[in-house]
Amino acid sequence: MSETGERDPVSGRRTTGHEWNGITELDTPVPRGVLMFLIVTHVFAVLWWVLMPAWPLGTSYTQGLLGIDQRATVERELVAATARRADWMARIETAGFDAIRADAALMDVVRSTGARLFGDNCAACHGVDGTGRANYPDLTDADWQWGGGPEAIAETMRVGVNAPHPESRIAQMPAFGRDGMLDRSAVRSVAAYVYALGNPGYSTADTIDTIEAGREVFLTTCAACHGEDGTGEPAIGAPNLTDDYWLYGGDLQSIVTSVHGGRQGHMPTWDERLTDAQIRLLALYVHDLGIAEP
Amino acid sequence: MVAALTSAERQSAAVILLVVALAGLAMAILGGTGPLGVHGVLVMLFAGALVAVVFAGFYAPEPTEDRPTRYYDDPIKVGIALTMAWAVFGLFMGLWVAAQLAWPSLAFDAAWSGFGRLRPTHTTGVIFGFGGNALIATSFHVVQRTARARLAGQVSPWFVLFGYNLFCLLAVSGYLMGVTQSKEYAEAEWYADIWLVVVWVTYFVLYLRTLARRREPHIYVANWYYLAFILVVAVLHVVNNIAIPVSLAHAKSYTVWAGVQDAMVQWWYGHNAVAFFLTAGFLGMLYYYLPIRAQRPIFSYRLSILSFWGITFFYMWAGSHHLHYTALPHWVQTLGMTFSVMLLVPSWASAGNALLTLNGAWHRVRDDATLRFITVAAVFYGLSTFEGSFMAIRPVNALSHYTDWTVGHVHAGALGWVALITFGSIYTLVPALWQRQRMYSAALVELHFWLALAGVLVYVFAMWNSGIVQGLMWRTYTEEGTLAYSFLDSLVAMYPYYIARAFGGLLFLLGALVGCYNIWMTVRAAPHAAGRAADAPQPGGAAAVAGE
Ligand code: HEC
Ligand code: HEC
Ligand code: HEM
Repeated sequence: MSETGERDPVSGRRTTGHEWNGITELDTPVPRGVLMFLIVTHVFAVLWWVLMPAWPLGTSYTQGLLGIDQRATVERELVAATARRADWMARIETAGFDAIRADAALMDVVRSTGARLFGDNCAACHGVDGTGRANYPDLTDADWQWGGGPEAIAETMRVGVNAPHPESRIAQMPAFGRDGMLDRSAVRSVAAYVYALGNPGYSTADTIDTIEAGREVFLTTCAACHGEDGTGEPAIGAPNLTDDYWLYGGDLQSIVTSVHGGRQGHMPTWDERLTDAQIRLLALYVHDLGIAEP
Repeated sequence: MVAALTSAERQSAAVILLVVALAGLAMAILGGTGPLGVHGVLVMLFAGALVAVVFAGFYAPEPTEDRPTRYYDDPIKVGIALTMAWAVFGLFMGLWVAAQLAWPSLAFDAAWSGFGRLRPTHTTGVIFGFGGNALIATSFHVVQRTARARLAGQVSPWFVLFGYNLFCLLAVSGYLMGVTQSKEYAEAEWYADIWLVVVWVTYFVLYLRTLARRREPHIYVANWYYLAFILVVAVLHVVNNIAIPVSLAHAKSYTVWAGVQDAMVQWWYGHNAVAFFLTAGFLGMLYYYLPIRAQRPIFSYRLSILSFWGITFFYMWAGSHHLHYTALPHWVQTLGMTFSVMLLVPSWASAGNALLTLNGAWHRVRDDATLRFITVAAVFYGLSTFEGSFMAIRPVNALSHYTDWTVGHVHAGALGWVALITFGSIYTLVPALWQRQRMYSAALVELHFWLALAGVLVYVFAMWNSGIVQGLMWRTYTEEGTLAYSFLDSLVAMYPYYIARAFGGLLFLLGALVGCYNIWMTVRAAPHAAGRAADAPQPGGAAAVAGE
């Protein structure tokens, strides 16, 4: 066949003698380099089959001379990785918070590992640096709804807030307006009162009547949770309403919205997602964030 | 379109469309206000529009007796228009999802425009919309020219082309409504899948019958590739999509495969979709348009044989390299890896065969941007097949898997190989089909080439960087034995690369728009080529065959 084609002037090869709409093919043999390379890849493959698990044999398979199996490998590596961390993990898990905080080297571990754990688990809600955003609390300030010591933080993390955990912290701010416990004007006046608590300048001759009416409502309706002076009750998560820290916004309209529709923030429980050591480590990390902040 | 059909053929076209419209009506009634109902309406509108076209030409004069002495080019022309339309759509979707990864607010808080829905819209738009139409259109062209015979059907080419586009429409519009099987590249639901089987079998039969009519003693290698593409895609599609619908009135279905078998079937499918859709079919294109444009004989017939059988055999085994370090048994991973390595030589043999064919025509590569499209495509083909075999090696995959490196690899192939070979082929094909001397503007082809090349390079380099950075960040441990970076840290590190990738995509899209304009103007305004009489099927009769 190869002799039937004409000779290509560029390569000096003959064509195969067929032509399709102007296309011809040269009868060039497969270059030696290609065959060599083909053999090399096949030798590589065969070697790999001999060394590794490779071919099925009905219900089993060839195990390979090296006796490697991915499941065994990963189990071994997990054990080794745990062993590497065991030392400091054990101290985080068992030592008292104060003892850990006094140990500068261990606190370095808390800061580096904590930053990564926080980034993977908490940052989506509380921000990469823990400063929070609308509806998600700032964890770096001195203002704590549930207490800011490492123990309290660890407990908040363990049980969550309004979370499915049986011991979950419950923070139920009722929807006074929507559920008809207070009428419109009562909602407005109590909001004005709360607003004036933190903004004394708001109380003028024009607004004083509303504020006074609001004070009545507050004492009868709100004080049970937020305290007579409005400074809050950490045990039930009722926040201090007299400072300038607001989770849901401290302008008059946001306060009206809080009173009208209620608020039930949701903080997940980490009981099953994180180990005890991780929770304690994160509690120390979050606590430390607040202190590091001037 | 309709004028080329006899009145009997017009009738059968109308009947087919009516049946399709009735199926749409049934879907609409069963599906009610759910997605299936919406799709029923879409099917009716689609069929209705085509019925209108058929009726508008129903009483036009019949075609002349000499119809068999001409090639059947109308479906190819429409196919090219559809290819370019899908290119613009799919690339725009790609640009959009790329931009969402840099600026998530571009999802605009609506369900349909979220990343999870637009991403499959992009992949289906480019692979099946753009790539699939390009394959159908060029295969109709190549098979006729290399068989020297007219397509073996008058209505069936239209059925294949429009039926296929209906499938693409159902798929893409379904994703926007949240309809998906959650299988990558096979997201379309059961009813669309069944429809594609009908279309695909018609395509296969049409192709075989046309080859059977050939006036050439041998089947040219491009056709082997197109046939492998059609046949294997049919098998893959059927096996991977076997599913049981929740009910006939509901779009949702559940696959019959379970657990790790499901994963294996999916990636056997997914990998061979890359192999036979995005590789074999486009190699068919390469083997025809490269020698035509370069005016050179193929370097080696023997090398073609080696690479064809190498590719068809080895690819079939390679799918499990998508599931390294998973619940899939180790031995299956070993097989996927080693067959991927053995696949390298046949793949490179194709790329090498293409580049060596250019010996004696390199001056044309320098001067002719169309040929340069094809040449650079072959280079990218070689590059990404090497990269693929490399990434299939387990320890390498441990770094690359789940990172942007994979995305970079995909697009080195998708933009560099699939899209460039398609544009090169279309620029060769358009003047030939519309009988123009050349494209409207060579300068615009040149501009398109540089936009496209710059776009691919920016994209691929950005993703290599981001992928490797990501992979390394995810596996770096501190001295204490914990991970050094959170996932968020790695996201922050990706930001500049995501912007760069979106910019690369923008260049690529601009290139495609330039191409659309140039094609439009070629059809409208480029000077006619005289005397293309030679471009006709060989007259029938045994004499031609005997003349071998
Ligand atoms: C049953 C206990 C309870 C009562 C009664 C109650 N609150 Fe609250 N309130 C809460 C809790 C708990 C929260 C915190 C909700 C959260 O963290 O999601 C809260 C939150 C708020 C906030 C939002 C604070 C912020 O940081 O944005 C405002 C404002 C507020 N309460 C005002 C009132 C007013 C005014 C009343 C009386 C009309 C009232 N509360 C009655 C428990 C109560
Ligand atoms: C899905 C969002 C979300 C995630 C994730 C989350 N939190 Fe919270 N977290 C909240 C919300 C909302 C509150 C406020 C609850 C309330 O209304 O009292 C809160 C409250 C807290 C508090 C109490 C603040 C106070 O003032 O007493 C602490 C401490 C806290 N989160 C720590 C963490 C830590 C540590 C993590 C990571 C392990 C984390 N959170 C992850 C949403 C989240
Ligand atoms: C304008 C040009 C393009 C841009 C900007 C673009 C962008 C993107 C983006 C952002 C993704 C998602 C990546 C992720 O999930 O992280 C993606 C995925 C993908 N694109 Fe494109 N794309 C373009 C062109 C193409 C073309 C032409 C093809 C094929 C012919 C293609 C095929 C794919 C495939 C197969 C995937 C899935 C990859 C995987 O799962 O790993 N793209 N593209």
